[in-house]
Amino acid sequence: MIPLSHFMLISGLLFCIGLYAVLSKRNAIMILIGIEFMLNAAILNLVAFGKYDKQVMGGQMFALFAIVLAAATVAVSLAIILNVYTYHKNIDPTTIDQLRD
Amino acid sequence: MNIEQVVFYILAATVLSSAFMVVFNRNMVRSIFLFFVTLFAMSGLFIYALADFVAVTQLIVYVGGMLVLMIFAFLLSSKTILNTSATHKTSLIGLHHLPGMLISLLFFLILFVTIHQANPEEIGWVRNAGNNTLVASDNTIHAIGINLMTRYLIPFEIISVLLMMALIGAAHLARRTKKQ
Repeated sequence: MIPLSHFMLISGLLFCIGLYAVLSKRNAIMILIGIEFMLNAAILNLVAFGKYDKQVMGGQMFALFAIVLAAATVAVSLAIILNVYTYHKNIDPTTIDQLRD
Repeated sequence: MNIEQVVFYILAATVLSSAFMVVFNRNMVRSIFLFFVTLFAMSGLFIYALADFVAVTQLIVYVGGMLVLMIFAFLLSSKTILNTSATHKTSLIGLHHLPGMLISLLFFLILFVTIHQANPEEIGWVRNAGNNTLVASDNTIHAIGINLMTRYLIPFEIISVLLMMALIGAAHLARRTKKQ
């Protein structure tokens, strides 16, 4: 039997690793991976608490919805990154700071 | 400490160490492949929370779909997109990494104190779950199927429409425009 707080600590650590990747990486792909880490940490918390909710299954259902949303996010953001690359020949978010051409 | 807990902590260590290596690795392609390892070990942790269906979905959607999409998109589209950051060589912890590291460490400190004070085992609905707790012999796929078609029908329909919209939008964004 794994205590609930250990699940929360693991997901907290994973969230902070993702936060670090989002804050300090200079490559849009790495930022995307950091966002995925943060989403996975949230999903782990949902699933861990969903264990105590057998009738309604709220945690596991919304974990499934979050996974589907993450897939949609990745598809759209990959398309955006590829477009940005064809415009700027560069996907470093510190140098791309204009919305216009 | 029985074998079950040992495997859990090995999986947790795999998740965290491979996530660290993803973040601190210089080589982009290698860190994308290491991202696989993190997601695999993560689905192992989901099984420990008795969410086998979510674990399988994680494997199919993340590992099978999303990462293959990522690798295909970047390895097939352009040679230079993956090594844009290789131009500025800095030490492992450059000065520009410091604020991000500080913020994430402080945020982890806040999370740690919050988890310690919240004491999740003693929350009312967790302590009084009693019969409502999942046990390892329960058929979660059965329960998920029934709940998906009754209680969560509207979120299910909305998310399926949203997924279709997102994929059409992604296909529209990623198409190559003809040169005028």
